[in-house]
Amino acid sequence: MKFEKLVKGGLAALMTMSMVACSNGGSAAPAETAATTDGGTETTAAAAGEGAFKLGISGPLTGGASVYGQAVKNAAEIAVEEINAKGGVQFDFKAEDDEHDAEKAVNAYNALKDWGMQLSLCTVTSAPGAAVAPLYQADSTFAITPSGSSLAVIYADSANQTNAYGNVFQMCFTDPNQGVASADYLSAHTNLGTKVAVIYKNDDNYSTGIYEKFTSEAEVKGLEVVYTGTFAGEDNDFNVQLTQAQAAGADVLFLPIYYQPASTILKQANDMGYKPTVFGVDGMDGILSMEGFDTSLAEGVYLLTPFSADATDDLTKNFVAKYQEKYGEVPNQFAADAYDCVYAIAQALEAAGATADMSNADLCTALVGQFTSMTFNGLTGTDVTWNANGEVSKAPKAVIIENGVYVGVED
Amino acid sequence: MKNDKNFFKNLFSNKYRSRTLSFLIVIVGYILIEIMMATGSLSSMLKSLLVPVTCYIVAALGLNLNVGVSGELNLGQAGFMCLGAFMGVCVSGALAPVIANGIVRLVLAIIVGAVVAALFGILIGIPVLKLQGDYLAIVTLAFGEIIKSLVNNMYIGFDANGFQFSFVENKLHLAPGGKALISGPMGATGTQLVSTFTVGVILILVSLIIIYNLLYSKSGRAIMACRDNRIAAESVGVHVANTKMLAFVISAALAGAAGALYGLNYSTLVPSKFGFNLSILILVYVVLGGLGNMTGTIISTIVLVLLPELLRGLADYRMIIYSIILILTMILTNNEKVRSYVGGLREKLKARISRKEAEAHE
Repeated sequence: MKFEKLVKGGLAALMTMSMVACSNGGSAAPAETAATTDGGTETTAAAAGEGAFKLGISGPLTGGASVYGQAVKNAAEIAVEEINAKGGVQFDFKAEDDEHDAEKAVNAYNALKDWGMQLSLCTVTSAPGAAVAPLYQADSTFAITPSGSSLAVIYADSANQTNAYGNVFQMCFTDPNQGVASADYLSAHTNLGTKVAVIYKNDDNYSTGIYEKFTSEAEVKGLEVVYTGTFAGEDNDFNVQLTQAQAAGADVLFLPIYYQPASTILKQANDMGYKPTVFGVDGMDGILSMEGFDTSLAEGVYLLTPFSADATDDLTKNFVAKYQEKYGEVPNQFAADAYDCVYAIAQALEAAGATADMSNADLCTALVGQFTSMTFNGLTGTDVTWNANGEVSKAPKAVIIENGVYVGVED
Repeated sequence: MKNDKNFFKNLFSNKYRSRTLSFLIVIVGYILIEIMMATGSLSSMLKSLLVPVTCYIVAALGLNLNVGVSGELNLGQAGFMCLGAFMGVCVSGALAPVIANGIVRLVLAIIVGAVVAALFGILIGIPVLKLQGDYLAIVTLAFGEIIKSLVNNMYIGFDANGFQFSFVENKLHLAPGGKALISGPMGATGTQLVSTFTVGVILILVSLIIIYNLLYSKSGRAIMACRDNRIAAESVGVHVANTKMLAFVISAALAGAAGALYGLNYSTLVPSKFGFNLSILILVYVVLGGLGNMTGTIISTIVLVLLPELLRGLADYRMIIYSIILILTMILTNNEKVRSYVGGLREKLKARISRKEAEAHE
């Protein structure tokens, strides 16, 4: 009796699952994404058939960092559809899940390789990117990461910044650059405050990477850092750090961390009546679309990001409108970087006159040649260039959150 | 001739059947995969899974010795792996200019990883294994987290003048040509990949030899006696703490060796990988394979590592299906009806074989 019940229960569960799967693909999502219910998250727009370049990416589509993975995947899909609709260069796009884990990223890379990937957006996050970068080099496949900001993604020897892989490029700033840019901005804008407190996550390479450069640059610029606090893992009580920062008289709180802990810090600072100027970097991006977060707490938060969704140029307006229509939320900087990556690849492919029947190595040589010589204009910056190591050069923009949206800060 | 026949009969006798099966599975599996690799019919994804599977098998075999045979719950297997992995990366990185051969460095790294993990095992075991109850679980749980946090704050570099070490903040001043081996939360980056599947399989075979030789020896019987009835074991003169220590230290050493193999298979290694979740994952491999059942551990590890990768076609539903399969297997393998059904099948098979044998004799 028991066994039969169990089997019946299991079957029922499976059937419900498949029903959910069907209904999700059929009604909730627009027609273009209906294809994603089977055979991976492949977006095969009707136009893309023969002669399409196979473009792959791995990112955290599930788990704690999935906000970034989903944003990048969504934006890349929009870019691919737009480019395919134009004619000319055609893409066949596929995203694999790496759960923000180096081991899984290697598996995802190999799954993409089996699929026949020719060009890649590398990975969404840093540690997985550092794990797969040597594989891209060994297989001579061109890769540009939208948001893998660690130096280890583009350098085999990241401590000395030597032995660049050469065929792995970045669309976002490197972590050290963000630290330097933040210190420069704060020392140039003393109206925000003069006594800085830093709270960073010391078991996270993104956070420590920015922090280390920030402190050394702050020393050079004469910026006064009055308190440094750390946390690790899934800590969610910051009262100790905040009390000490307040006691030290800090009027600027620099948070080189991701938005989840930052949201808790904002809430606890508000609860204890501590109101410093909060300054974040690109990891803070995403705080406004966080579920269950009272966005009024983020009012007045500054962040350094290359993209603001309220910009009035046509490119941004068009992208934001499309993204909102399709996915029901305002795109963040990760999405913008991914969108730019796809367009930059398309521009380089066109300039090089590449065709999809070329070998990966030939494509890679052609694209590296283009990327190191071309200038790209996109959502996240104008006159964007890359050096031979794969590092990007573009100007960071400071934005402030006002009435629940990013507003560009004029210098 | 007669001896030969006895030897084979012995291999499949009740006592040794599981041992023979374990070795057979590993060796046959290895040969099959080598043939597939030679003919090029193995996808690159499966190829990339070969080394991690061997690592997890070794770590799970070690844990099974501790949890299944010795009956002490250990929740820190990932901590021992972490020790082995970072020691292995350091050893291999520091020896790279001296020893060009990757295999030699890998073997040295595995040995150092195992020894360091074993030393930490002894340190933990001395106070804890004298106690009765679940203290080992609590202490190893804490140990795993402590090791993870320590490595997270550790900066180790190596240059012409020797090793450099700093804690919490990166104060390394490496001479030109120096190499940062571990840089805090960034872990180890730019590691040379020297792990190979063959070494992984040899490591599995070595662990199986160690474990089975232990199981069939006096010490092995003493370990099981301590698990089954501590007082009775003490009454016949078995030193319970030392006996349990033996199983625990071997378990830790195997995890260390597995960690070294794992660490040298990826160009980046972050300490946060070796968290509590990994310990639980390895424990799941062991529990699903059967406590004390080494063959089962090997099979369940292979299946559970491969499963999420083979389910990639399901896209967003991958992890849901994976967890449902996990739950169903756990329930079904413990369901009496299923068990009696499988038992019946086995009886029928046995009856058929013995009937055939009888016919052959006639």
